[in-house]
Amino acid sequence: MVENIAAVLESWGVRKALEQLEYLLDPATLPFAIWETLYAPLLAAVFAYVIGLPLGVLLVTGEEGGIRPLPKALMGTLNTIINLLRSIPFLILMVMVFPLSRLILGTAVGTAATIVPLTVAAAPYVARLVEGSLREMDRGVIEAAQAMGCSTWQIITKVMLPECKPSLITGATNAAITILGYGAMAGAIGGGGLGSISLLRGHQRSQVIVLYVAVIILVILVQILQSIGTALCVKSDKRINHTSTKRRNKK
Amino acid sequence: MPQPIIQVKDLSKRFGSQDQEVRALEHIDLDIYPGDIFGIIGLSGAGKSTLVRCMNLLERPTEGSVIVDGQDLMQLSAKELRQARKSIGMIFQHFNLLMQRTCLDNITFPLELIGTPRKKAVERARELLKIVDLEDKEKAYPSQLSGGQKQRIAIARTLATNPKVLLCDEATSALDPKTTRDILRLIQDINKRLGITVVVITHDMKVIEEICGKVAILNKGHVAECGTVEDIFTNPQTEAGRRLVYPDGVPFDLLPASRVIRVAFNGGTAYQPLIASLAIDCGVKVNILGADTRNIDGKAFGTMLLGLPDNELEASKALSYIMAQKDITVEEVGEHG
Repeated sequence: MVENIAAVLESWGVRKALEQLEYLLDPATLPFAIWETLYAPLLAAVFAYVIGLPLGVLLVTGEEGGIRPLPKALMGTLNTIINLLRSIPFLILMVMVFPLSRLILGTAVGTAATIVPLTVAAAPYVARLVEGSLREMDRGVIEAAQAMGCSTWQIITKVMLPECKPSLITGATNAAITILGYGAMAGAIGGGGLGSISLLRGHQRSQVIVLYVAVIILVILVQILQSIGTALCVKSDKRINHTSTKRRNKK
Repeated sequence: MPQPIIQVKDLSKRFGSQDQEVRALEHIDLDIYPGDIFGIIGLSGAGKSTLVRCMNLLERPTEGSVIVDGQDLMQLSAKELRQARKSIGMIFQHFNLLMQRTCLDNITFPLELIGTPRKKAVERARELLKIVDLEDKEKAYPSQLSGGQKQRIAIARTLATNPKVLLCDEATSALDPKTTRDILRLIQDINKRLGITVVVITHDMKVIEEICGKVAILNKGHVAECGTVEDIFTNPQTEAGRRLVYPDGVPFDLLPASRVIRVAFNGGTAYQPLIASLAIDCGVKVNILGADTRNIDGKAFGTMLLGLPDNELEASKALSYIMAQKDITVEEVGEHG
């Protein structure tokens, strides 16, 4: 069966088709690659939110005219650092954070080691995404909360974040997909996953079938992530009438 | 005379930098007494919203003091101020509800802030939903409500913590005339039943007329006039006052020397031709100096400024005829010009 397909493919000019197919069909190959593709970026996304979410909140609440203005110098420094980190190309950043990876994980190569550069690259991006979401917040609602005697912390946790939830979820989906894309580059520093397979085997060793299969699976993964994100966003948004009506009828 | 519950003393508010300073409010003095429904009216840009925001320090005055219920708000620490704000309710033009919470959870929100147990908070919220007549909307989200319903929920939310004062910042300006009346009735009802002092900010004279006892006219950051609604309506002393009291476009400098009355339609049937029947029934011809009336659901709302004939007898005949009508209030406008 496999031999037959390989023969057909080779007759179309694909070289080493049998070897490629056998590699792809090996039960250790794809499931493991998918796992490696997902776990490093998703873990990095979680860490990026741990750092980026508070920073994003700070960017909005700490600015002049925000609910808790902070010194201009501090805000300026924060903005500059975020812009700086965001402007470094990821491939360069990966190499630049080698010492940090070694410090944290003891190694700078391998899939786990990619979590460090991914987090460093994604945290400032997440901060900007969160900032953007929170800026959509209706000032009037914050004013109402202040008039009710809300503290700054209460405004952030009970008003801003819950009210912006749909937009934050959309942002998180964007972040996850972007980090997944960065993760594909991690093959360059010995990380595993579909990105690495398509780069090292597919591209460098001209294994076309491996290249296409890996890329197609990546596309499907992104589609799934996006669909989950969109569904969660729509479901969480009570401003959209039809979903909330459906929810109510179910009860 | 009881102590005022809100005292604004020599309050000024300036925005912007030194070279481009905007003087929003200048030397405002106001005393608002417990149980009053106090109106503050002015054209847009007069500083009304800034003034009401100074009453709970959402806007910090540049100078002067604001004393609410015996506490000088300017002297309080941030924590004490948050505490004080819990007894100063506020509702807004755009309702400012939490869109991701149900109506019930919007009302429990201020209770949540002060750590009321959930069960107790829900009980209180249900009570308030009853007061604002929206018991069936407990599980609805604000996006599913009409403007009037949203404002009712906002009112219920602000009442949750038993405030002593209710500040209404253009609370009916985004609503249609019928809903406006309903909301005003509700505010009036709350004032009477719960004894909450109400401050109403509006640009709409009809709102003042409907519910307020006292009114201050704000013009370009100054209090132009302040007194009972009756006094100000019958005899506005300043140009700013006349501009607001008389219908649009009345050249009040050119009013005839004879007696002028101001007729307010409060929802009688629009199909009752007042002026024509006056002419037929009494044989008196009045002069319509200005009118701003509207027909809402077949009911007449608005004001009309009528010049009575010079003849004293005819004039008083006309006056008593109009006064006898239903849903119409008449005030004689005093010396003018």
